[in-house]
Amino acid sequence: MPNKATPQRASKGARILPQWVSTTALLLPAYGWLTIAVFLPLLTMFLFSFMNKTPMGKAPIEFTLRHYRAFIDQPYLIKIATNTLLMGLWTTLACAILGFLAALALVRCTHGARRETLLILILLPFWTNGLVRVFSWTMVLRENGFLDNIWHWIAPAAGSIAILYSREAIVIGLVHGYLPYMILTCYIALVTIDDAIIEAAQSLGARWWVILTKILIPLAAPGLISGAVLTFVPVIGSFMEPRILGGKVGVTMGTVIEDQFTQAFNWPLGASLSFTLLAVTMAIFATFSGVLRRGTGGTA
Amino acid sequence: MTTVSVQNVAKSFGTIPVLHDIDAVFPQGTFTSLLGPSGSGKTTLLRIIAGFVAPDQGEVTIGEKDVTGIPVWGRNIGMMFQSYALFPHMTVARNVAFGLERRGIKGAEAQKAVAEALDMVHLSDFGDRMPKNLSGGQQQRVALARAMVIKPSVLLLDEPLSALDRRLRQEMQVELLRIQRQTGLTTIFVTHDQEEALTLSDRIAILDKGRIVQSGAPEDIYENPQTRFAAEFLGDSNFLTGVVEAGGVRLPDGTLIQTTATLHANGQKATLAIRPEKMSPTPLEGATNHVAAKILTVIYAGPALSYLLQTPDGTRLKLFQANRDGTLMREGDSITLHWSPAHSIPVQN
Ligand SMILES: Nc1ncnc2c1ncn2[C@@H]1O[C@H](COP(=O)(O)OP(=O)(O)OP(=O)(O)O)[C@@H](O)[C@H]1O
Ligand SMILES: [Mg+2]
Repeated sequence: MPNKATPQRASKGARILPQWVSTTALLLPAYGWLTIAVFLPLLTMFLFSFMNKTPMGKAPIEFTLRHYRAFIDQPYLIKIATNTLLMGLWTTLACAILGFLAALALVRCTHGARRETLLILILLPFWTNGLVRVFSWTMVLRENGFLDNIWHWIAPAAGSIAILYSREAIVIGLVHGYLPYMILTCYIALVTIDDAIIEAAQSLGARWWVILTKILIPLAAPGLISGAVLTFVPVIGSFMEPRILGGKVGVTMGTVIEDQFTQAFNWPLGASLSFTLLAVTMAIFATFSGVLRRGTGGTA
Repeated sequence: MTTVSVQNVAKSFGTIPVLHDIDAVFPQGTFTSLLGPSGSGKTTLLRIIAGFVAPDQGEVTIGEKDVTGIPVWGRNIGMMFQSYALFPHMTVARNVAFGLERRGIKGAEAQKAVAEALDMVHLSDFGDRMPKNLSGGQQQRVALARAMVIKPSVLLLDEPLSALDRRLRQEMQVELLRIQRQTGLTTIFVTHDQEEALTLSDRIAILDKGRIVQSGAPEDIYENPQTRFAAEFLGDSNFLTGVVEAGGVRLPDGTLIQTTATLHANGQKATLAIRPEKMSPTPLEGATNHVAAKILTVIYAGPALSYLLQTPDGTRLKLFQANRDGTLMREGDSITLHWSPAHSIPVQN
């Protein structure tokens, strides 16, 4: 009924604008913002990536595809890229496992005010400055650091367990920073699962691991996937954590690209590497989204 | 197949007692309704039998087996929920097959069992659909097939039909009863709808504030309620309170109401319950009890007529009549109500 009534009333009013005008007007701010914040900077960078050198000074600018051959011309980049992707993979995996379990604990074992407090505590890393967060990990992980001291206190005879300046240290720092995303997306997916569904599974004879693998994980898959995207993409572009926690081993695509912009002053190469990374990431997700969709029976 | 019994069960949530000393037997093959108002502990009792809630004391046995310490997944129960609780990411057929897989039944054998179960609920062609593409009634039938396919020892239902509209609910009641009769499955059905309880059950247990106040066949409870609560909750009732005298009850206005039931000693207070449809505005053979009353309100409901009345001393009464010839008594009319002593049932307050 209400659907019918609206056009009737609209036709009675003498001067009603056509619908596309109001639609456009409503969408304009959103698209305007997207253009300014996303499209224009990306386009500029995309243009840079084809230039022979950074467009500053008087020298004439030529357009070239040379920077997109970087992986062929400088084969060491392939190793760095592989390491970066592995770092992204481990971080995402660790975040997925920890985040899912934390979200599950929040949803199934807490309620009311306690749950809200815990959620806020989980979000705390978001509100701390990234640099402070990462540097505090150097205090914990370095030789004679917090962790090492505790270890010496427990087992005085054993060697040092300091892991600062290693891949593990980078992953720890990254997991710390990006875990809240995963917890939140998984929490949102899990909190919508009706208790009765889990009880129904139990009544049919399902034990906890069947409930976990056949009910909870498939139903939370959208949350896990969006959490993985939100983690993986920024992680493979990160440069602060690899630099501070990785030291010499912390050379990643993120740091290489950052170097091009800040140290080498080769913006076109930095831009082209960024776009290559973007293309690889999108290819990975395109592959996975197909697999995941088939895996969850077409519900995602 | 299996008798279910609950002995001496009590449960509190925090400091609030929810169930006290529940003793109940659900004989093999019977359909029992747990009937009671909201908050009386019906769901809690059902969940104790299912194993979702551990009782503070007492035992639950299913068949010969004491299952008090056995978790839900080991109890072999069929359960139906008000919210259907189908697995939204699985097709109808996989939903039904879920319990079979847990029992190691796979392949052709499972397929056959699933097909039979879906056939039983008339959804043979729906195996490949997703639950969200089914109507509420269809979803509930899938839930029934899923619960029945594992051949449970007992079927537990917590208000499974209350989300359906009236028509569909009646259809599902018939369906449920047919399947229950066919399989001879011990069934425990929680409801707060007395009509549903009366239509479906072999036995009814009435719960009030965490106690079973009366249990038995529907007609036994209806014809012989033992407490005022049972008389009011299952059907409607009129109550007349007075003092026991000479095998009857003397009302404050001096009328002596006779009853065939045995009463307390003379001089004690007693309450009699009289069903509104057992009273008549015209004298009947053997209807030796009578009180005068004035009609306050007439409620016309098609096939049935209800009258709200008031006696001279202010007691409110109800009268139900079949609409036989379409003539109504008027508001304000003074009439005399007649009924037989056999229909005056003494009840505890
Ligand atoms: N998990 C729980 N924690 C605390 N109190 C509870 C819990 N479950 C039930 N209760 C309380 O126990 C009492 C009985 O609840 P129950 O759900 O068994 O009632 P019910 O008879 O099924 O009512 P309804 O008809 O409304 O479903 C209620 O007062 C309820 O608030
Ligand atoms: Mg309930």
